[in-house]
Amino acid sequence: MEKENQNGKKEHAFVSFVVNEAEYKTLTNKMYETRKPYEPKNPNLLRAFMPGNIPEMSKKKGDLVKEGDKLLILEAMKMKNLILAPFDGKIKSVNVKVGDKVSKNHVLVEVTPQKVKK
Amino acid sequence: MSIKKKTLDLKKRMQGALMGGGEKAIEKQQSLGKMTARERIVALLDPNSFHEYDLFVEHAARDFDMDKKTLPGDGVITGTGTISGFPVCIYAQDFTVAGGSLGIMHARKISKIMDHAMNLKIPIIGINDSGGARIQEGVNSLAGYGEIFYRNTLASGVIPQISVILGPCAGGAVYSPALTDFVFVVDKISKMFITGPEVIKSVLGEEITMEELGGARVHSEVTGNAHFYAESEQECLQQIKKLVTYIPWNNSKKADPFPKKAPKTRQFKIDDIIPTDPREPYDVRDVIRAVSDDSEFFEVQELFAANMVVGFGRINGETVGFVANQPMVLAGVLDVDSSDKAARFIRFCDAFNVPLVTLVDLPGYLPGIDQEHAGVIRHGAKILYSYSEATVPKITIILRKAYGGGYIAMCSRHLRADFVFAWPTAEIAVMGPEGAANIIFRNEIKKAEDPEKVRSQKVEEYKKKFANPYVAAAHGYIDAVIEPGETRKFVVHALEVSREKAEIRPEKKHGVPPF
Repeated sequence: MEKENQNGKKEHAFVSFVVNEAEYKTLTNKMYETRKPYEPKNPNLLRAFMPGNIPEMSKKKGDLVKEGDKLLILEAMKMKNLILAPFDGKIKSVNVKVGDKVSKNHVLVEVTPQKVKK
Repeated sequence: MSIKKKTLDLKKRMQGALMGGGEKAIEKQQSLGKMTARERIVALLDPNSFHEYDLFVEHAARDFDMDKKTLPGDGVITGTGTISGFPVCIYAQDFTVAGGSLGIMHARKISKIMDHAMNLKIPIIGINDSGGARIQEGVNSLAGYGEIFYRNTLASGVIPQISVILGPCAGGAVYSPALTDFVFVVDKISKMFITGPEVIKSVLGEEITMEELGGARVHSEVTGNAHFYAESEQECLQQIKKLVTYIPWNNSKKADPFPKKAPKTRQFKIDDIIPTDPREPYDVRDVIRAVSDDSEFFEVQELFAANMVVGFGRINGETVGFVANQPMVLAGVLDVDSSDKAARFIRFCDAFNVPLVTLVDLPGYLPGIDQEHAGVIRHGAKILYSYSEATVPKITIILRKAYGGGYIAMCSRHLRADFVFAWPTAEIAVMGPEGAANIIFRNEIKKAEDPEKVRSQKVEEYKKKFANPYVAAAHGYIDAVIEPGETRKFVVHALEVSREKAEIRPEKKHGVPPF
C-alpha cells in the first residue's frame, strides 16, 4: 500500500478506480489484485471438476460418441466419477492417460459436436 | 493420616498435574517460541486471580494401550479469573500433553467451563493449541467437538466469546473459533485449516506451506476468519486485555463506562481531513479519531476488506461501535467481503448493547463479474439485514458521497437509523453525477455537436442540483445538516437522549438472514 518517493519519504501509491463512470483515487487490496479474470465456459472442453487421478479411459482420439457414453473415470475424494459425453460428437483430443494425476480445471477431453448415427 | 499429611499428599498430586507434559515437552514448546498453556493464562489474567478447576480429571481412552498412560488434566486447563477486574471463564489447551489432542474428558472440561460462563453470565476465552481430535478415542472425540460447537451456538449473543489461536487448530477444531465472536491470531504461531498441506498434497497434488495455507496473515487478510493479528503472543494478550474493556459481561449489560475524555483535536482536525472533491481519498479513521474519546479507536479486522472500517471507540465514556466506509481503499465500495465484515460486527454490537455510529462515504457497490458471481447480492443483503434488525441506538453521519444502494445500506433513515446527520459536503443521490447525467441526458448528449462538452455541462448541472444534502433534507430523510466541527456534540447528545430507546419488533423464533 505504500511506496517510497524520491525523497525517501513513504507515501501511498494511489491508483485510479472507476465506479459508475466516476474516477476515484484510491488504494486497492490483495483480494482485488489477485482476483481471477473471467473466462466464458467452452462447452466442448471437459474439465476436471475436482483434482484427482485417471484410473480408466474408455475412448480415444477420433472416436464418435453418443450423449451419455462413458469417456473416462476421474477418481477424486475416494469416489470414482464417470465422465460422460455431454452431447453427440467426435473426440477431438484426449489430454490425459491412465495413471495421470490432474489438477482442478485440467482439460481432460475435447469433444466437437457432430451428428452420430445409432 | 493427619490433615498435614493429607495436605502434603494433595500438594504432591497437584505438583505432578501442574507440570503438564513434563519438562522435556515444556522445553520443546518454549523452543518453538511459544508460552505454555499455564504461562499464557497467568500472563493474561490479573495476578493471582486464576482459579483452576478439574485439575485431576483423567482421560477416558481405553484402547491402543492408552489406559497405561496418564495425561495430566487431559491436556486442557480450565478455570476462572479476572482481567483488570473483568471476570472471565477461560480454558487453554496444553500442547505439552498429548499434543493438546481433544478426547472426551478434555472436551467435557471445556464444556463444563462454558456452562459455567453461561450460568455466571461472563465471557469465555478459549486458548487453542491442539493437534486436533485424539484419534485413539475415535468417535468420542468427535462427540466432544460437537458438544462444544452446540454450546458455542447457544452462548452466541448471550456472553462474549473470544478465541485465541496460539498453535495449530486443524480439522473440526477450527469450528469452535469460527462460531465465536472474536478470533485472535499470532504471526508464525497460529495455524488454522480444515485439511493440512500434507493431505492437500497427497490427495490433490497441490503444494503449499502451512503458513501460506492457514497462517495468521492469511486469516487476517484473505479469509477474514481472524479479527486481531499480532506479531507476538505478548502483543496478542495485550489486545485481548484491551478488547474486554470495550465489551459488556453479557447481553443484559452495557460495557462499563470509562471517564469522559475529549478527542485530541489538535492532532485530528476534523475540518481538514476530508477533501471536498468526492474523488479524492483520505483515511476515514482520522474522522473517527477526531470524534472519539481521547482519539482512541480499537479497530477490528484491520487487514481484512480494508474498504470497510469497523471497531470500537468511546463517546463520553460509553462504548460505541464505529462502522465506516474507507475511501482510501477501493474508493470505499461495498463488496462481498466488506459486507460480511460489517454485518458480523453490527450484529455483535446489537447483541451486546453497543450503540452504532456509522460514517458514510461510498460510491456504491464494486462492479465486476467476480463480485457478481461471488454473490455480492446475497452478501450485500447481510448489511441491510443486520442494520434493519439492530435495535441499539443507531447514529449515521453522511460525510460525503452516499449514492444509490450504498446510501440505503449504510444505516439510512429507511433502515431505521435514529439520527441521520449530514455534513455540508454530503452528496446524497440516486447515483453519482457522472452516471446519472449520462442516463438522464443520453439523447441530448448523443445529438449534440460536441457531446463531451454537453456531457460535462450536464454533469455540472446535476451536481449543482442533486449532489448535496439538501434534497434529502427537504424530504426529512436526514435530520440535520451539521458543520463537521459539531459532529461530536451531535453524537454525544444523540446517545444521551437514546439511552432508554426501546423498539418493539414482531415476535419470531429467529429471522432467516442471508448467511
